Order: sequence, then structure tokens, then C-alpha cells
Amino acid sequence: MINQVDTLFVLLSAAFVMLMTPGLAFFYGGMVRRKNILSVLMQCFVALCLLSLQWILFGYSLSFAPGNGFWGGLSWFGLNGVGMQPYPVYSATIPHQAFMFFQMMFAVITPALIIGAFAERMKFSAFLVFTLLWATFVYDPLCHLVWGEGGWLKNLGVLDFAGGMVVHTSAGIAALVTAIVIGKRKNLEHTPSPHNLPFVVLGTALLWFGWYGFNAGSALAVNGIAVSAFVITNTAAAAAGLSWAFLEWIRNGKPTVFGMVTGSIAGLATVTPASGFVSPISAIIIGVAASIVCFIAVAVTKPRFGYDDSLDAFGVHGVGGILGTLLTGVLASKIINPAGANGLFYGNPKQLLIQLVGVAVAVSYTFIATFAIYKLVDIFFRMRVSEKDELVGLDLTQHRERAYTIIE
Amino acid sequence: MKLVIAIIQPYKLEEVKEELYKVDVNLITVSEVLGHGRQKGITEVYRGAKETGNLLRKIRLEIAVNDNFLEPTIKAIIKGAKTGETGDGKIFVLDLKECVRIRTEERGSVAIG
Repeated sequence: MINQVDTLFVLLSAAFVMLMTPGLAFFYGGMVRRKNILSVLMQCFVALCLLSLQWILFGYSLSFAPGNGFWGGLSWFGLNGVGMQPYPVYSATIPHQAFMFFQMMFAVITPALIIGAFAERMKFSAFLVFTLLWATFVYDPLCHLVWGEGGWLKNLGVLDFAGGMVVHTSAGIAALVTAIVIGKRKNLEHTPSPHNLPFVVLGTALLWFGWYGFNAGSALAVNGIAVSAFVITNTAAAAAGLSWAFLEWIRNGKPTVFGMVTGSIAGLATVTPASGFVSPISAIIIGVAASIVCFIAVAVTKPRFGYDDSLDAFGVHGVGGILGTLLTGVLASKIINPAGANGLFYGNPKQLLIQLVGVAVAVSYTFIATFAIYKLVDIFFRMRVSEKDELVGLDLTQHRERAYTIIE
Repeated sequence: MKLVIAIIQPYKLEEVKEELYKVDVNLITVSEVLGHGRQKGITEVYRGAKETGNLLRKIRLEIAVNDNFLEPTIKAIIKGAKTGETGDGKIFVLDLKECVRIRTEERGSVAIG
């Protein structure tokens, strides 16, 4: 039975989530040097174009068709059989295509998140091929494992409400791999990197707004869980933004705008897997934990290891996603969501173990597959731009455009 | 005392700065300028329409030095900025009449370093 209110809610949520990709573009674009902002905006927008088509043609089928435990197969190729009737395994009250469309926006933003790791040095042609292959061979199988009909981790009872594992852990681990393999950017020592912090704040605002659709929309209906997810999402983002600012205040003497918005995003990423399963107080715990752990990853661990995850895609999304997935196993409660499970604090330590297995599978599969895809594309396209192109900037060398003029 | 004005490629700024630090020239003023040389430059495209012949972006360095620092400064700039292609830029050297450090009101050679 189609419920029109549910359908409207899911379609609007999909539109919210669509806005997150341009939001991410500004979030990342403001962080790079000004000779590279267009390349970042371009990569995010082209991900929207490219993966929208991939999803319609075969991505949705690979992710959600009833295949085996590990991938969906091609039975829904070109949306064959995906129509206006509900598909009750996923959602009993909205057209199947509405569910497909909502999920499309997740499939778009996940590969776009990785851009933060290799920003300012990847060749555009190589980026296109890498993104297409990564979406097809990493995102789609992982999505099926966790959310798809018959997915192995789904059957195991893993909890991932809106994509802590599927979206943030996978993109974050892919970010770590690509940042290490592609190597550091040139000339970083003397150049102030974020060239436009107001863009970073603007991007954060759009992401935060879109995240309501991301998390609450994942309830796929207008019900208590959707309302709870709205509250939880906002609470975690607020707690994380505030605590990151305080951490900086204590450690560096001043709270920064950049730090506060980074904290908010870390909180949002971390609460994503938990957003349909936990109480508001748990959301505060998750937000504060997100800030502390991601802060350590970004400000302490990264400089020590010396890899150049340009915009902290791993430090914020990867670390946040893993932390959130594990905390879900601690803080989940059946009082909030009877369809979920109880976590460690609610007398069910087994759930934490299941979450650990989920994270281990997501991390190791993503790690290996991303490395293989990177090396493969590198052979045919050479991932990194030439040294001169990197120094001149990707805007001019990859797109023959410039973002800013000097006079006029 | 001399005033060295150098026009260089923007992407060579970091290398030039490195070379200048090596010869102990640390006080420089940098500005972004537009200019026209022989170089045709990198073509930009707006919505598919090619545009060439625009003024090109360059970096202008101003460095005030004492006479014994002049040659090292010039050599450092060349070392950092030279690619051998058109567009590498130019170095101008001017006599500098006076130099005053505002904080201490010192004048002349002592005020430069």
C-alpha cells in the first residue's frame, strides 16, 4: 500500500541528500588552494552526473537486487522491474523507484567524499575512471552486504542506520589508501592551505541541512524513528562542533571556525550509523566522542605518520564512521527502535561483536579493493598530474578555467 | 643599496623563496600582478569559447638589498625561476636612495636587513 506522505518525505529527503554533494564541493573547495578550487567543484559535480547514470544502469541492481550474500547481480539492469509498486523488503509504503532514487544520492556522495584525500593532484581523466570503478566494485558490493536483500552482514544482524559503514567507513578507508599511494602534495610548507574558509562554513551548513534527509530519510516513512533521527542528528552535530572548539581552545589557545565546522561534520558522520537506534543523551556522548577521537586522528596521528590526506577525508569520515558503527553496538536501544537491537549498555554485548565484524569486513574489503583499483587505473591513465601541472594548479591545467580574477 | 624587482611565474614563487632563504635574503614583498610579455600563455576557455591574449598572471617580488647581496639575490631568483621557456620573467635592478626602518627610525644600510 503506497502512503503518499511517506513517499513525499522520502523524495524530499532525497533532494536534501542531493544538496549534500554540492555542499561537500564547497566544504572541500574552500579548503584547497585557490588554483585548485574549480577542480574540486568539478570532481564533486561530475560525480553527481556520472554516478546518477551508473546507478540507473546497473549500480542499483548490483547493490539492491536479490542476488547472493555479496552482490545483487544484474537482474534489475536499467531499472528493469523497478517500478511504482513498493518492494516490501526495503519499504512497504513507497514506490520502489522512490527508494531507488533516495539510495542514488547516497551512491553519489560516497565516492565524492574520497576526493578530500587526493585533492589538488589527481588527473581528471583518471579520476573519472577511478570513481566509476570504485562505485561499482567497492560501494555497490558493500551496500549489498549491509543493506541489500540477502546481504551477508545484514543477515548477521549488523546495525547501520544511514551509512556509517557503507558510506563513511568505506569512503574514509578509500581516502587513506589513495592519500598514501598518490603521495604528498608539492609545496605545502609555505602555503596557507584553506583559501576560503567562508566556503568551508557554507559547505558545512549545506551538509548539516542535507544530513537531516540522509539520516531521518533513512527511516523511509514519516514515523517516530524519523523524528528521532532528526533530533539525534542535530544533537550529535551540535555536541561535536562545540567540543572540537573547546579542544582547540585548550590545546592551541583559540577556538577556530575551521575546527568547529570540522567537528560538526565529524559528529554528523559518527552519528550516521546510530541515528535510528539511540537516545538523545547517547547522541551527545557520540558527538563528544567523535570530536575527541577525530581530533586526535587529524591533529596528532596524521602529522606523526606523515601521509597527506589533504582535507581529512579519512580523519573525519573514516574514523568517525568506524567509531559510530562501534558506538552503535554500545548505545543502541530497542526502546528507541524496536526493529533494531540492544547494545552493550542495554545488556547485549553480542551486538558490539557483530558491529566489530562489520567494521572489519568493510575496512579490509575497502582497503584491498581500493588499492587494486588505484593501481589498475594508474597503469592506464597515470593518476597523478605532472609536477608542472600540479604547481600551476588543476583549474588551469585540467579544465582551462580560473576561479578568481585579479582586476574587474 | 639596490632595489630588486623581479617578475616571475606564479608557480615558481615557492622555489624562488627557497633559493632566497638559502642566501639569507629573508625580507621580500610579494604581489600578484598582470602583465604582457612575449608569452602566449595558457589558454583559458569559457563555456567552450577559447580566449587567448589575455593579460597573464605573474608574481612581482620587491627586495631591497645592500650592494654585497645584489649578485647572490639575482642568482637565487634565476635559479628558482628559470625554466628556459618564454614567460620566465625579468629582473630589474634600481639604485635605492634611502631606506628607513619605521620602528627605530634607523636609516641606510642598517635598516635594510
